[in-house]
Amino acid sequence: MSAESELKRRQRRWRSMLWSLVAILVLSVALPSLGYVMAQQVYGTEREFSEERATNPRADMWRDARQGQGGFTTQTGPYVTDTLITNVGENWRQIRMGPMITWGGWFLIGVLVLIALFFLVFGRVRLEEGRSGMTVVRWRAYERALHWFTAISFIILAITGLSLLFGRAVLIPLFGPQGFAAYAQGAMYVHNFLGPVFSVALLAMILLWIRHNIPNRTDWQWFKQGGGLIGRKHPSAGRLNGGEKVWFWVGVVLFGVTVSVSGFVLDFPIFGQTRETMAIAQVVHAVVALLWIGFFFGHAYIGTLGTEGALEGMTRGRVDVNWAKQHHDLWYEDVLAKGEQPVSVDELEKNKTARQAGGTAGQASH
Amino acid sequence: MARMKFLCDAERCIECQACVTACKNEHEVPWGVNRRRVIVMNDGRPGEKSVSVACMHCTDAPCAAVCPVDCFYTTADGIVLHDKDLCIGCGYCFYACPFGAPQYPRQTAFGVRGKMDKCTFCAGGPEVAHSEAELTKYGTNRIAEGKLPLCAEMCATKALLAGDGDIVADIYRKRVMRRGGRPQTWGWQAAYGQDA
Repeated sequence: MSAESELKRRQRRWRSMLWSLVAILVLSVALPSLGYVMAQQVYGTEREFSEERATNPRADMWRDARQGQGGFTTQTGPYVTDTLITNVGENWRQIRMGPMITWGGWFLIGVLVLIALFFLVFGRVRLEEGRSGMTVVRWRAYERALHWFTAISFIILAITGLSLLFGRAVLIPLFGPQGFAAYAQGAMYVHNFLGPVFSVALLAMILLWIRHNIPNRTDWQWFKQGGGLIGRKHPSAGRLNGGEKVWFWVGVVLFGVTVSVSGFVLDFPIFGQTRETMAIAQVVHAVVALLWIGFFFGHAYIGTLGTEGALEGMTRGRVDVNWAKQHHDLWYEDVLAKGEQPVSVDELEKNKTARQAGGTAGQASH
Repeated sequence: MARMKFLCDAERCIECQACVTACKNEHEVPWGVNRRRVIVMNDGRPGEKSVSVACMHCTDAPCAAVCPVDCFYTTADGIVLHDKDLCIGCGYCFYACPFGAPQYPRQTAFGVRGKMDKCTFCAGGPEVAHSEAELTKYGTNRIAEGKLPLCAEMCATKALLAGDGDIVADIYRKRVMRRGGRPQTWGWQAAYGQDA
C-alpha cells in the first residue's frame, strides 16, 4: 500500500518536472515573439529599421583606425608606419611597467633570499670523507674555457640587461640622469654586441655537452632522493646528475634558445619585423631572461658556496677523488674503467713547477 | 596655462602634405626621419579619409613611461619633449607610441639607431631657446616666439589645428554643430539622392 503510493508520488514528481521544462522552452520562444507580433501590428510589415541604423561612416573610419587598420602614407623612412593608432604599445607598456618590473624584481630578490635561507638552514654540502689528496680530470681545458666565456658573458649581459629594466628606478636616484644615461648607452651597446657572440658560445655549449645530458633511470632515482641536497643521502649520478641535466635542458637549451631568438629579433631590426613583433619579443626576452637569471643564482650557488670541492672542477679542471665518489660515483667508476689513474696533488704541483722551469729555460734560449 | 593639443579634422584634410613639408623645412629634419605624416584610410575608395599625424603630446605619454633613461618631460603647456643628450636610442618609445611618432636617424644591425627624434610642437628642447644647440638637435622654437606650430599654421583648409586644447575643441565643436553629425545629413546619398 505505502510502496504503491510512494511510486505514484515519484511519478507525479517526474511528470511535473517534465511539464515545467516544456513550459519554460515554449515560453522562452513565445514571449519574445509576442513583442515582434505586436510591433508588426502597430507599424505594419512594410516598415524597415535597418536603413536608419546604418553606421556613421565617420565613426566607421575612426573605429577602423582605433582597431589598428593600416592606411597609406607617402612618407618613407625606416620608422614610418602606415597605421594611425596601434594598440600593442600600450599593452606592452602595461606589461613592462607593471608585472614585468614589479614581479621580476621581487622574483630575483626572492630567489636570493631563498638561497640565503637554504644556506643558513642546511649549510654547505661537505666532503664527508675529507680530501683524499688524489684528483681526477673533470673538465678539460676547452670545456672550461667555453664555460667561463659563456658564464662571464652571461653575467655581463644580465647586469646590462637588468640595468635597462630596473635602472630608471634603482640607478637614476644614485647616479643622476646624466650619469645613468652615459652608463646606459654603453650598457646597451655592450648588450647588443655581446649578445650574438654569447648565443654562438651557447650553441657550442649545447652541442658539446648534449651527449652527457641525456636523461636516464639514474636521474629519476636522483630526483626521488632529492638530489642529496637535503639530508645525508648521496644518490648515484653519472658525469652529470639530474639537477645539472635540468639546468642544461631548461636553463641552457630552453631559456637560452628563447632568449637568443627573441634577442636576435630585437637586435637586428633590419628584416622588416614590425614594432608589434618587437614588443612581443621584448616581453619574451625579458621574462625568460629574468627566470634564467633566477635559475642561474641557484646554479652558481650549488657550484661554489653550496658544495665543497665542486668549483675546482671548473677552475683547475680536476676534482678530489672523494668528491667524485660522493657526488658522481658512476662517473668515477667510468673514469677508472677507462684506465685513468688518480694523480696526487703533490705530484701535480711538482709537474707544474718542472714545466714552468722548462718553459722559462726554453724561452731564454730563444 | 594653456594645454597644447593637435587636432586633425578628417572632414577637411585634403592630403596636400603641406604640413609634412612645412615641418621638414622648418626644422630641417633629415631624410628618413618624419616628424609628421599624412595617413590615408580607404585610399582610392569611396569614404577615403586622410589624417595628419605627429606626436600627440599625450597627457600620460607611453614613450615617457617606458623610457629606460627617463629622458622625456612635459612642459607647463602640456608639450611632451625629450632630452637627446640622455637618449640612448633603445627604440622602446617607438614600440610604445600608439601613433608611431618617435623616429631615429638609422636602422642598422645590433640595434644602432642614433638619438630619437620626434615632433616638438615647435617648442625646441631642453637647450636654451634659440641657441645653436637647440636648433641642430630639435629644430626651431616657435613657441618661445609666441607662435604656434608651423604645420597647423600652414594648413590651407584649416584641417590641422594646434594650440590651446580648449580653443581647438571650441573651434571643432562649432564646426560639427554647423555641418551636423548624423549620417543622413552628409555623403553622396544626401548630396545627390538615393540613386547616386
